[in-house]
Formats: sequence, C-alpha cells, structure tokens
Amino acid sequence: MQREKINERYELNKNLAQMLKGGVIMDVSTPEQARIAEEAGAAAVMALERIPADIRAAGGVSRMSDPKMIKGIQEAVSIPVMAKVRIGHFVEAQILEALEIDYIDESEVLSPADDKYHVDKSKFKVPFVCGAKNLGEALRRIAEGASMIRTKGEPGTGDVVQGVRHMRAMTSEIRRIQNMQEDELYYAAKELQVPVELLRSVHENGKLPVVNFAAGGVATPADAALMMQLGAEGVFVGSGIFKSGNPAKRAQAIVKAVTNFNDPVLLAEISADLGEAMVGINENEIQLLMAERGI
Amino acid sequence: MIIGVLALQGGFIEHIRMLQSLQIGSFEIRKKEDLNKDMDGLIIPGGESTTMGKLLKDLDLYNDLKKKIQEGLPTFGTCAGMILLAKKIADKESAHFGVIDIEVRRNAYGRQLGSFLTEAEFKGIGIIPMTFIRAPYIEVAGPGVEILSEVDNRIVAARSKNILVTSYHPELTSDNRVHRYFIEEVVNGKAGVG
Repeated sequence: MQREKINERYELNKNLAQMLKGGVIMDVSTPEQARIAEEAGAAAVMALERIPADIRAAGGVSRMSDPKMIKGIQEAVSIPVMAKVRIGHFVEAQILEALEIDYIDESEVLSPADDKYHVDKSKFKVPFVCGAKNLGEALRRIAEGASMIRTKGEPGTGDVVQGVRHMRAMTSEIRRIQNMQEDELYYAAKELQVPVELLRSVHENGKLPVVNFAAGGVATPADAALMMQLGAEGVFVGSGIFKSGNPAKRAQAIVKAVTNFNDPVLLAEISADLGEAMVGINENEIQLLMAERGI
Repeated sequence: MIIGVLALQGGFIEHIRMLQSLQIGSFEIRKKEDLNKDMDGLIIPGGESTTMGKLLKDLDLYNDLKKKIQEGLPTFGTCAGMILLAKKIADKESAHFGVIDIEVRRNAYGRQLGSFLTEAEFKGIGIIPMTFIRAPYIEVAGPGVEILSEVDNRIVAARSKNILVTSYHPELTSDNRVHRYFIEEVVNGKAGVG
C-alpha cells in the first residue's frame, strides 16, 4: 500500500471510533445477547465466547473466539461488531480481518501470545483498540497503529478501582505534558518511551490523538457516569451486564447514564430498581492481574 | 443565531466545532428540558442510529423534536442523522422521525473495510471532501426532494425544504462549506415546512 493510502485508512479508522463516542460497547457471547444489547442501545458489541468473569473463573489459556460464533453475531446485529485477539497474535488478527470485523481489540483479557511484541497494527486495514494504564502505554500502542484506546480496568471483577486509576493517571499525565515547555518534550519522550511527535500532539491538543474509552470493572450506571466525568469518551461494559440479574434493563440504564453522565437527578432515576448487580471481586482478592499483561 | 445539536451519542462535538468555525453558537440536546431553549436550527450527528433512536424515545425527546421539525425547524442530519430523518429504511418495518421523503439503506457500503474517503460535487458549492463511515445511501428520493450529491450513481446528499441530509460526514473534514450552506441556505433561507 502507498503511504497516502495507509494514512487514509488510519484516518477512517479513527473516524469510526469518533462515531462510537458517547456510546456503550457491550460484551456478548451469543447472537441472542447481541440482539439484547442492540435493543438496549449499545453503540457496538464485542463478540467473545466467554465474558471476562467466566474467563477468570475457568482459568487456562484464553484465545480468540470461534469465527463461526463471531459470524453469528455479525449476522444478528446491524451495529459494529468487535472481537478480541491475544496480545501479539497477528495471525488471530489476520483471521478477524478476513471476517471483516469492524474493530479488533488486542486484549489483555485473553492470554498473551507474545511477551514482548504487540501486533504491528499499521499492517492491517481494520482498526484496533488497545488497553492502556497510562499515557506511555497509550502512545506506544498508537505508535504501533491503534486507532482507539481504552483503560485496562481489571476485567471480570465488577470493581471499577483500576479503571479509575488508569483514567486519572492518563488525564494527569496529559496535563503535565500540556504544561511543558517545548524543549522539555524530548526528555519526557525518553522517560515515557514514546515517539516525540505523538507527545507533541498531546502537548498541543491536551488529549490523546485518538478516542479514549473506559473499560474494566464497570457494573452500574453510576460506574459508567463516573468514568465519563473522569474524562472517558465512552464505555466498554463486559461482565457487568450479562452477569447481572436483569441484563436488558441494566444495559439500557448504562446507555442512558453515559449520555446524561452529568445529571445526578436523572442518574438517580435510572439507577433505581435494576435488580442484582454482578457480585464482583475486590482488587485485593484476585489472583491474576490482567492489566499487567502487555505494557 | 443558535443551533441545537443532538448530543445523545456519536460525533456531536465535531459539529459544534464546525459551527464555532463559522462563529455560530450552539448547545447540546441531551434531555427534555434542553428543548425549552430557543433554537434556529437542529443538527443530528453521526453515530449509531439504533442507539440514538432508542434514547430519543427513552428520554422522551422524540415527539417534541418531531413536531418542531414538521413545523419547519431547519434540520441537518449526517449519516445516522440522515437515517433518523428518513421516511423509510430499506428492509425495516419502521422508520424513526420519518420527516423527509427518502428511502435509505443502512451500512450500504458494508462494514468498516467499506468505509472510504472521496471528493465529489455538492450542488451549489462545488467539489468537497466526503468521509463515508459505515455509511448509508439514499435508494429512492421522492418528488420534491432535491438531489445535492451523487457518488458512483448513488444519492448521498439531498434536501427537502427545511431538511438537509448527507450520507457522509462533512464535520470530519476541515472543509466547513456544507455547514455554511446549512446556515445560509436552510436556516437563513427558511424554505417553509418539510
């Protein structure tokens, strides 16, 4: 591909993430769940065989989902369909591209396939979203070709503490970079291990060069609104919906909470009577920190 | 002049920035009380039409907004915004606002791999850049609907009286001429009820 074409494709891929803003992306494992998510107002769905809480419970090696299952979900809904590949597993990514997936999540929720290298995402025409705990991780993923970033809140726990930590780290580092003198950016780039051009873009614009969503541990409308008030541009909800007592109702409530994240009166109304939230596990009770995968 | 921008989901900030570049004020519409403010025009952005359609009903905005558009409020819809305004959606039983006499096909160019950039004519403006993201196109335009852009023989921009629609996203480019057209021709030109 010519350079110009590559840039064009990358712009289009960043543009799709822009259209997902203010939306909720929901994990689904069956066509039926995908339809419930779409009906509830999801802006996209993430197709995966087991939701993170079950992956965590089952243990073992967790891989890309069966293409047949992904196709079933693509046929069931008209909204964008995303799916996950293992960190560094570029062949799983090639397979998802062949399925014409709308977005690939190179995800720490699955077992990493490479303990050093992420997928060279600039080689692909389909877009990638990657997790990041801080600004350095985010800009390294963007340098590799990610066109969307999300926090790496601990998946499958229903505990929002880590997502909050990552979002706060990101916004506070962005403010620090914004306030630097231009000549300080070179040292900051060395410190953060990122290309200086990307850092300069953050310095000038006060934000990441791509859309930034919250992911991990979101279980309630209040959790979703919290992430939005902290600066997320949209929210991924994994186990929080289909591990709860009334998935359809909770999904709708979270969609509304993301739109009106700044309105406590409305949030009070939509938080009422949602049935059981997922039980969840606290950060200090978990054995495996998925956020440590791929830095 | 002030324009209300539907801000339930999607690319609404990009429209607000376009309006800023034309020194036009705007406000976000997220809930029913926001409709109490006076507005000279309405923009419905790109995003997911199913998400916005659902939220319009759930947040009780649908009836009031539909009434305003039918009474002649100048309205501009891009991509999902066009789908929300169309009278008919191909292969679907029901439409959303159904206020402009066009039939649209959703995801007409396929999935994200089918998204593309091009340049083509917008009638009365000239050649403009066009960004299509999982875009719809217009399969049928009824009588009284003026066709403004065509790409590969597909209708991708149209106007009927107070309603302007595009399949593509002028708000994602650095060219603000379609927004200027909306302000000058549709809002200031007030062409009566759609």
